[in-house]
Amino acid sequence: MTDTHAHYLIVGSSHAGREALAAIRMADPKGRLVMLSREGRMPYSPTILPYVASGRSQPDRVGLADAEWFTENAAELVLNAQVVAVDPAARAVRLADGRRWTYDKLLLATGAEPVVPPVKGLDRVRYHVLRTLDDALSIRERSTQARRAVVLGAGLVGMHAAETMAAAGLDVTMVEMRPHVLAEYFDPKASALIRQTFERHSVRMMMGRRLLWAMETVPGSCRLGLDDGTELEADLLLVAAGVRPAMAMLADSGITIDKGILVDDRMRTAAPGIWAAGDVAQARGFLTGVPVVNGTLPEAVEQGRIAGMDMASDPDLIPYGGGIPLNTYGFFGRHAMAVGTAAVPEGDGIETVTDEGNGQNGYCRIVLKDNRLIGLAAIDRVMDAGILWRLILRRTDLSPVRQQFLSHPLETARALMSRGWR
Amino acid sequence: MPSQDTIRFIPERCDGCGDCMTACAKAKGGASRISIVGSGGGGWDIALCRQCGDPKCVANCPAGALDKHYGSGIVGWSQDLCVDCHLCTIGCAYGGIVFESAAGHVQKCDLCDGTPACVPACGKGALEHLSAAARLHETHADKEDLFVPGLSACQGCNSELLIRHTMRRIGRNSVVAAPPGCIPGMGTVGYNGQTGAKMPIFHPLLTNTAAMLAGVKRQYERRGKDITVVALAGDGGAVDVGFQSLSGAAERGERILFICVDNEGYMNTGMQASGSTPFGSWTSTTPVGTVERGKSTDGKYLPQLMMGHGCAYVATASTAFLDDYHTKLEKALAASRTGFAYLHVHAPCPTGWRFPAAMTTEVCRRQVESNFVTLWEFTAEDGLRFTHAVDRPRPLSDYVGMIGKYKHLGNAEIERIQASVNRRVAFLKGFCRQPSAAE
Repeated sequence: MTDTHAHYLIVGSSHAGREALAAIRMADPKGRLVMLSREGRMPYSPTILPYVASGRSQPDRVGLADAEWFTENAAELVLNAQVVAVDPAARAVRLADGRRWTYDKLLLATGAEPVVPPVKGLDRVRYHVLRTLDDALSIRERSTQARRAVVLGAGLVGMHAAETMAAAGLDVTMVEMRPHVLAEYFDPKASALIRQTFERHSVRMMMGRRLLWAMETVPGSCRLGLDDGTELEADLLLVAAGVRPAMAMLADSGITIDKGILVDDRMRTAAPGIWAAGDVAQARGFLTGVPVVNGTLPEAVEQGRIAGMDMASDPDLIPYGGGIPLNTYGFFGRHAMAVGTAAVPEGDGIETVTDEGNGQNGYCRIVLKDNRLIGLAAIDRVMDAGILWRLILRRTDLSPVRQQFLSHPLETARALMSRGWR
Repeated sequence: MPSQDTIRFIPERCDGCGDCMTACAKAKGGASRISIVGSGGGGWDIALCRQCGDPKCVANCPAGALDKHYGSGIVGWSQDLCVDCHLCTIGCAYGGIVFESAAGHVQKCDLCDGTPACVPACGKGALEHLSAAARLHETHADKEDLFVPGLSACQGCNSELLIRHTMRRIGRNSVVAAPPGCIPGMGTVGYNGQTGAKMPIFHPLLTNTAAMLAGVKRQYERRGKDITVVALAGDGGAVDVGFQSLSGAAERGERILFICVDNEGYMNTGMQASGSTPFGSWTSTTPVGTVERGKSTDGKYLPQLMMGHGCAYVATASTAFLDDYHTKLEKALAASRTGFAYLHVHAPCPTGWRFPAAMTTEVCRRQVESNFVTLWEFTAEDGLRFTHAVDRPRPLSDYVGMIGKYKHLGNAEIERIQASVNRRVAFLKGFCRQPSAAE
């Protein structure tokens, strides 16, 4: 036993890691528990970063876990510890600075890292990504000097950032290669409602366009060329074109990877003694059965909890039920949410019922298959996303209440779920 | 984790009027945080924050805006830190945290700082604010558990709960007698030379518990030592063959505390009937067949007999109301310094009565809520006082229907039990010195 041997070693300090740590400590109060973070700061959530960039959240008040929490959980947090290699045979990890940690059980919860598309000249201009607190602070600083901002990518990170920059008074343009915003969560009609709200707030939405080249104009600013010939000027360029699992450290480890680290329903990787959870993991998709990277915060919490329980041999573990897309989204005072495959088109046994609220009272799209809910997206409607999630995972048969559910999904879902409340 | 306050919902009493929602909306300004939900079949339920012990809304918050306060138990929300991402709503399967567009942010119940406005607003008694567990924890959590782990009580037996609470309170400066029955049977006295409690404990005969304890107490008094002396006996050791020595010790005013843990029969030895077994009960000696229909006579009600013994203190208790039990245990211990104290605790037996082990506390609660069991205390000076008067008793069938030993009963037999319950309540009220809440 050495100072750098942990019974439980957790790599990554965001939601999956934090949840696993708590779950381990519920089952095993004693085994040495160490969390390695590549950051020099206390743990925080990547989801908070657009709000730090906008100044709404103070960087010193976004902690997911403070020193007291680690003390209460009898766990150690090691900062500035970036894992660069994993050796499953030796049960060891190597850090960027050459330090080495050994473990009995290892959780890889390293999250994701931004994808920077191969655009001509992009490497020679100043651009931002948004995955770390430093990234957010750097955007925040640049926002105070910039007038024109371009956001590349209309996913959640890009949309949040565009909104906060527009609210801060910048002239914002979004460039998205797909025809719709948030296309993985919302169908084209819902996407259009969201896009129109952005347009009403003077965000220029350039959909279905691709960035071809970038070139510096004055230091810090650049000119951007799109595939339709449009040229844009940017004092602040944010590349939010997606993320990919952060698993470079597994290059020579022999651990099976695909788009992410492949895990089973207990979040175990193919290597003995190694688990993975959160944005880095590729776990079973609920509706397809095919392993997918489902990089959302609630899934990270779910997977982290399962990994921690399994690592500590908690007998109460219920294996993973499978992941579905999940998100809630607040924008310009409005509220959108999508649970399950809410964007899937009709046909092939899939029924959809859309309530467009006369264009005034929000929007709701319900997706059913075999009278079971598989997806629901709503804008400006009160919905219990957590209850809908459960109804999907339990494959609740809606046949007896089909009409009520379609006309009053909130009340009917609560009534169905209330049978399990006591 | 400490025990914490909660709002209890009693669906049978709810008529969906929504007064709780009006009161909440008024108290909080804006949308109600409690929501009455039609649960199908004309029933009602509530969507309300459960103040979960391990809350998923908190786990899902990226901003640190939600936080479980382990003192108060409340899942708190900070408007200051919230960034309106609404991810918390994905974590909740109870409809307990909801985005309200009028407010522009999520809302949840905060128990109104300990005095929830919805509870008194309900005129039907469908909401109760339960805070006893929290108070009990504050008072007793730090005291030493004097009962060893790894007991062999049946699953779901509430005697272990009762014994742990009792031993924590009476402490090591005590002598406990556990006559034959389930209590020593589960290992309280010990096995094979190993003791089951971290205090002096012995195993008297079924017949002489009170007499032996009286002698132990007198000997300590003679030596000038103030020792707490307690019997943990079953109903066999109190109501039946133990009654002679119990009655004698009470009549003499021996300074001891006698606790009868009443599971209505000889459950330890094969579920034979005792004098305490109620009418209609199946036991192995009161079988159910074509002629016999369970026990044909009413049970003996020992606490009432003890009132006639000039005891310093007599009370009944239920483990569904542990705060009430602790209050009575305090009084009984104090009374045992001057005279005889008697506590009668009801102990439903999952094995012998045939109900699921997970339901014991609910069975205890329904015993009280149907008035099958009444909670009261009696002293010669103050008369009888109901400590948990039940104004609107549940139908007896709510209780009897849960219990396998009554499953053969028809309506006429249940009505007979109901009549004897009503008679007993009326009879006990006759001992009340002052008008009580039960009247």
